[in-house]
Amino acid sequence: MSTLISNYIKKTTRAAPLAAFRILFGLMMLISIIRFWSYGWVAKLYINPKFHFTYYGFEWVQPIGEFTYLLFVICALSSIGIALGYKYKISIITFFLTFTYIELMDKTTYLNHYYFISLLSFIMIFLPASAYFSLDAKNDPSKRFEYIPQWTTDAIKLLLCIVYFYAGLAKLNSDWLIHAMPLKIWLPGKYDLPIIGDLLHKTWVIYAFSWCGALYDLTIPFLLIYKRTRLVAFILVVIFHVLTRVLFPIGMFPYIMIVSALIFFDASVHQKLLNHLASLFKTTTGKFNNGATLHYKLLTSKLKLGLLSIFFFIQLTFPFRHLAYPGELFWTEEGYRFSWRVMLMEKAGIAQFKIVDSQTGETQHVDNLEHLTAFQEKQMATQPDFILEYAHYLKDYYAAQGKTDPKVYVESYVALNGRRSKPYIDPTVNLVKQRDSFKPKTWILPFEDEIKGF
Amino acid sequence: MKLLKICTLLISGLVFWACSSDEEPQVNTDNFDRGAMLANWADNIIIPGYTSYTASLITLDEASAVFAETSTIENLEGLRSAWLDAYTLWQKVSMFEIGKAEAIALRDFTNIYPTNVETIESNISTGDYNLELPSSRVAQGFPAIDYLINGLASDDALITDKFNQDPKYGTYLKALTSRLNTLAQEVLQDWETGYREAFISNDGSSATSSVNKLVNDYMFYYEKFLRAGKIGIPAGVFSNTPLSDNVEAFYKNDASKILFSTALDAAQGFFNGDFYDGSGSGISLDDYLEFIHSNGSSEDLNTLINNQFEISRSRSQMLNDSFFLQIENDNALMLNTYDALQANVVLLKVDMFQALNIKVDFVDADGD
Repeated sequence: MSTLISNYIKKTTRAAPLAAFRILFGLMMLISIIRFWSYGWVAKLYINPKFHFTYYGFEWVQPIGEFTYLLFVICALSSIGIALGYKYKISIITFFLTFTYIELMDKTTYLNHYYFISLLSFIMIFLPASAYFSLDAKNDPSKRFEYIPQWTTDAIKLLLCIVYFYAGLAKLNSDWLIHAMPLKIWLPGKYDLPIIGDLLHKTWVIYAFSWCGALYDLTIPFLLIYKRTRLVAFILVVIFHVLTRVLFPIGMFPYIMIVSALIFFDASVHQKLLNHLASLFKTTTGKFNNGATLHYKLLTSKLKLGLLSIFFFIQLTFPFRHLAYPGELFWTEEGYRFSWRVMLMEKAGIAQFKIVDSQTGETQHVDNLEHLTAFQEKQMATQPDFILEYAHYLKDYYAAQGKTDPKVYVESYVALNGRRSKPYIDPTVNLVKQRDSFKPKTWILPFEDEIKGF
Repeated sequence: MKLLKICTLLISGLVFWACSSDEEPQVNTDNFDRGAMLANWADNIIIPGYTSYTASLITLDEASAVFAETSTIENLEGLRSAWLDAYTLWQKVSMFEIGKAEAIALRDFTNIYPTNVETIESNISTGDYNLELPSSRVAQGFPAIDYLINGLASDDALITDKFNQDPKYGTYLKALTSRLNTLAQEVLQDWETGYREAFISNDGSSATSSVNKLVNDYMFYYEKFLRAGKIGIPAGVFSNTPLSDNVEAFYKNDASKILFSTALDAAQGFFNGDFYDGSGSGISLDDYLEFIHSNGSSEDLNTLINNQFEISRSRSQMLNDSFFLQIENDNALMLNTYDALQANVVLLKVDMFQALNIKVDFVDADGD
């Protein structure tokens, strides 16, 4: 076993795939940031709201007023640095920090895709992505390598495999497979698409989408790894993500995944891609084909591998943390985020807060839109940790308004995957007395239904 | 290049798939016809609504001119009745804040209350005002006219005296009725000259499609203006104590209930697709929910929502004609009505929106 491992660690591969991945990743990130900015989302999501929902333990991460734009500028510049392979180490670290900071500013905007980008950029800090066809390697021959350890490229493949496979596992539940929910709600709404629109309300089509979606997620990693199915797998990747792009408002993610899947191809494909790219810039890759192999020092190698092992151990176990909580995961959402549960739920809710003055007993309701944006209100109404954080904010707000030790209650209703709306949070619990923690939230009312499966 | 080949292959595959499915005989019997629903809304509810509303405003405009010219008690009474007629008809179109109405902020210029007496008085005495400015919204529309014709003095003789003594009052009154008229005409004309067609043909499913937009507008109206504005805010649901002088038509005093019940009927009528003239009923949200229900959704939301409208109606029927008096004497009945209205927010905004796959307020951001 140990010789197997040490043999694997010694294995090398061409540097071209990782270099191509670096360039495409940098470009994709640059486009994503420009797109985000051009839609006015920086102001809309991070500067305009009066209040931001924070992540547990990251309450100190807040937007920094107009300087938030600067954060996006730095993030964009660092993604250019990544694509060019210019001061790669600094670029990728800067990118990871700024991107992650942006995501941590408000969990209203949480998306698994953003989490994926954060993780990917984190591991890329430790990978020799600038060893080939980069400005760094061009300027400094000692940084130029045609071959790199194979595990570096494999780390990215492993992360992609986890994302797909876990997303597939999460779909193995009774709502998705037996009731075809939430696609039964979403697909018929796309009746106006050309050509396929008329099919999307047919029951068999909806079931086909559900089952194929689950099967796709579970099998695609293996089909991509196995050489003989790779091309077919890539075609499936393109079809799948183009379809999701057409059907759902998921922004840049489909393109990022399509581009990422290229990493599975043989080095010869990437070599051609880079040669082509080089000729566009009237240069060649010849200079980089120096036959040199990157060998890490033993300590460096051990540190990097140790770190990645811990990283992947966490990645493999963390998504299962919901098993430690009682109650239905989709209902309580305890352990829902950061576990590749993508497009699994149609959840809608409404939360009306009541403020009671402890001394006078005076009661009043809150107009949420005085404090939150429509987007924040929508996200808050279906997620208990949001409701709690907002309740504490309201307590502070009304205390400042002169209420004595205000108590905060919420009357809330949530509808999940087409079920009739039900009371969500115990309306008799003074939320001010509750603290957020990793412990189960006892003030969430029971789901009184069962969703079987993962 | 290999990739190029793959892409060509993919696209041709998609096209092939698309074409082959296209060749099947397509009978659209099991697809809900949103275009027909939009046409019903436009032709049988919205346009007739604006037509009667603008007609009532012409009458109001004339009555205000007559009264400004000859400020007698008789003319005052004629003006009041024209004002109440128009105000009542306004309740039937207030929820359709889409297209031109949205662009010119029709509702904000028509019915912001409580009105601001100081601003009105200073506008009148200085004669220096611009009714097109957002800051002047609190000094125009029905609530401002309410003040001028019902709240200026303690009895009718004193009110007419004010108009007789200072012609500036008449001038301002005419400016207000004429502005209401202009705004409404603008909206009706837009519907009649092209917007109807644009509205009906935008029958897609995107966030900016007519169904999604109007249902969101309807919901916003229901929550903010029907539930909160007419009942919740004056009953003190959102404040420490009841704010009885925030009722609609405060100076008229005994009209708040009729305005509310007209608005409630109109909201339910829209949900059920009832024609404006009462002659029948067409396709609307009730049928859409029935369609979803018959296609396998478990809840009969149409019945649930209509039942809840009935509960709101029966509770509100117990209220005094003057909500001001109701709040002062027995606010519990007001709160009772509020609760009934609130229960329907859950059914409409959570259950109906989910069933019809309508996103709340067009939240413009990426999803997962």
